[in-house]
Amino acid sequence: MLKINNLHASVEDKGILRGINLEVKAGEVHAIMGPNGSGKSTLASVVAGKEEYEVTKGEILFENENIDELAAEERAHKGVFLSFQYPVEIPGVSVTNFMKTAINETRKAKGLADMPAKDMLKLIREKSELLEIDRKFLSRSLNEGFSGGEKKRNEIFQMAMLEPKLAILDETDSGLDIDALRIVANGVNKLKSKNNAVIVITHYQRLLEHIVPDFVHVLYNGRIVKSGTKELAHELEEKGYDWIKEEVNA
Amino acid sequence: MDLKEKLLSSFLVFENRTEIDTPVHDIRSEAIKTFEQNGFPSKKEEDWKYTSLNSILKHDYSIFPNQENALEYKDVKQYFIHDIDTYKIIFIDGKYSSHLSQTTHDGIDVCLMSAALTKTKYRILIENYFNKTAAKDGLTSLNTAFSSEGAYIHIPKNKLVEKPIQIIHFSTGNESAMMLQPRNLIVVDENSHVQIIERHQSLTDNPILTNSVTEIFANKRAIVDYYKVQNDNLNASLIDNTFIKQKQESHCSVHTFSFGGKLTRNNLNFYQHGERIDSTLKGITIIGKKQHVDHNTLVHHIEPNCESHQDYKGVYDDNATGVFNGKVVVDKEAQKTNAFQANNNILVSDKASINTKPQLEIFADDVKCSHGCTIGQLDESALFYMRSRGIPVKEAKALMMYAFTNNVLSSVKIPEMKQRINKLIAKKLNVNIGFDL
Repeated sequence: MLKINNLHASVEDKGILRGINLEVKAGEVHAIMGPNGSGKSTLASVVAGKEEYEVTKGEILFENENIDELAAEERAHKGVFLSFQYPVEIPGVSVTNFMKTAINETRKAKGLADMPAKDMLKLIREKSELLEIDRKFLSRSLNEGFSGGEKKRNEIFQMAMLEPKLAILDETDSGLDIDALRIVANGVNKLKSKNNAVIVITHYQRLLEHIVPDFVHVLYNGRIVKSGTKELAHELEEKGYDWIKEEVNA
Repeated sequence: MDLKEKLLSSFLVFENRTEIDTPVHDIRSEAIKTFEQNGFPSKKEEDWKYTSLNSILKHDYSIFPNQENALEYKDVKQYFIHDIDTYKIIFIDGKYSSHLSQTTHDGIDVCLMSAALTKTKYRILIENYFNKTAAKDGLTSLNTAFSSEGAYIHIPKNKLVEKPIQIIHFSTGNESAMMLQPRNLIVVDENSHVQIIERHQSLTDNPILTNSVTEIFANKRAIVDYYKVQNDNLNASLIDNTFIKQKQESHCSVHTFSFGGKLTRNNLNFYQHGERIDSTLKGITIIGKKQHVDHNTLVHHIEPNCESHQDYKGVYDDNATGVFNGKVVVDKEAQKTNAFQANNNILVSDKASINTKPQLEIFADDVKCSHGCTIGQLDESALFYMRSRGIPVKEAKALMMYAFTNNVLSSVKIPEMKQRINKLIAKKLNVNIGFDL
């Protein structure tokens, strides 16, 4: 589904990704871990199409198509979804109106008519129940005054509404208490299928107890320096990242 | 003959037509002298630095409406708030249209300035209030000199007027160019509450220039909510001069929705004569093409313990130009004043511009005053967030501008009005607003 070959990316001429290679197949869950500043969020943003980052070398293939030149919205239309580490507050746009616009714009890009209001309401009801979201919450301005947990739950709610092929969860566990973590993980697990894939970006192993990865990669200094299975995450939890750094620097 | 000369000679004609043995006649004669001295304002004056009237003064305007013109309600229904019951004072080419209006004398007076200026039963009120708070500048004086028609609203004490009052001026274009000078007087007595909606709507491509003056007196504990809908066509210009005198514990709000017109100048003046007064001035401006909107506000805090809240938002596209000139004066006696002012703008195109200028003159030492002006583009991180959800950049920008302006509507108290303006904003910005939960 996603194939990243020798990806180099920089922001304001500062190289952040220095040769990433990663292949994610349908039905798989990949975890990307690594110390602060290793380039994890940059990788997520570059795949989602943030314009501040410049791809200087390499390529990103999504379903065998090079998506380097596509705008963020075009990538979204193809089925790429990014759950933000810091979801942006947009005063004046309700969660419902935002989702309605996003879904109908995606349908428009595929040559489909707007989703009938009745179906939209049904979908909203269904997905908000999955994420245990109160209906009142949906008429509030997007992310404005939301708690950390509410923001992250809202991200996964949007993922549930948009049903992406590839979901990248950027530090979705940060700022979540144990109940919110369970709800979010439960939501992701229910949405998982053999046709879609998930990349979980995290510092800690905690979330991976709930969303069990097939593969774990360690990102350090803009490169994937180690890959393994979920046992690697346990090892990192116990020993920290220093031994990885030592291995790399040696 | 230039417009000033034409107006001066027309005044003689006007005088011959009206009764001269009234106190109002003296006021008019005085006013025409003031206009003769001051004339129209020029860009040399500080308050008119960014707004030139030259382009709208060059037309050969008819000063007096000649023919009676009729309009069918169904043809102009869209300009009314028509889904609720309201009083209506409707003018077509400056003349009262009884056909489209719904006035009353049942406990309150919602009627015509022409009646109030001529009938003896209104004489005392006219003597007490007419031209008592209006400024003596050239434009206001010009209106005063020719004042003969407009809305007259008097709400005696302890009345809650449940139906909003709509004042609408239509122009049909039966003259090649026309100047209108409506004059409104609104007196709201103790404990009374009234909601008023004012609109100027040209139905023609012929040039229209409206120089309007509205005086509002809010007596003790009165509540006045005033809405100005400015969504006129590209050949219609409006100079709106509004003067509001508030007594103690009164609450007055003016919402100005400027969505269209060739040139729109709002001179909005609040004078607080009493304690614990609240004044609210809100505005949404969304314009493009070569349109120009100028908000010139004044809040004069004269006595202690009062508040004022100003919040103006603007979105300027194409070659549109805007001005916000907000003056707050706090007198030495006006301790414990809370005065807030915000003017936030988004420039959508490189050719659009806005001049924003807050002016605070504070002579008291125990006050809370704040002001903030911003001119910006849209937040990039919010744009990326929306785009990552599949919303294309154009739609994302429109949705953000919609969100940026529409929170000003939270203080609109007439739900149908709020809904209407909300839809107008969405339409102006090309946002598809459907259902909401």
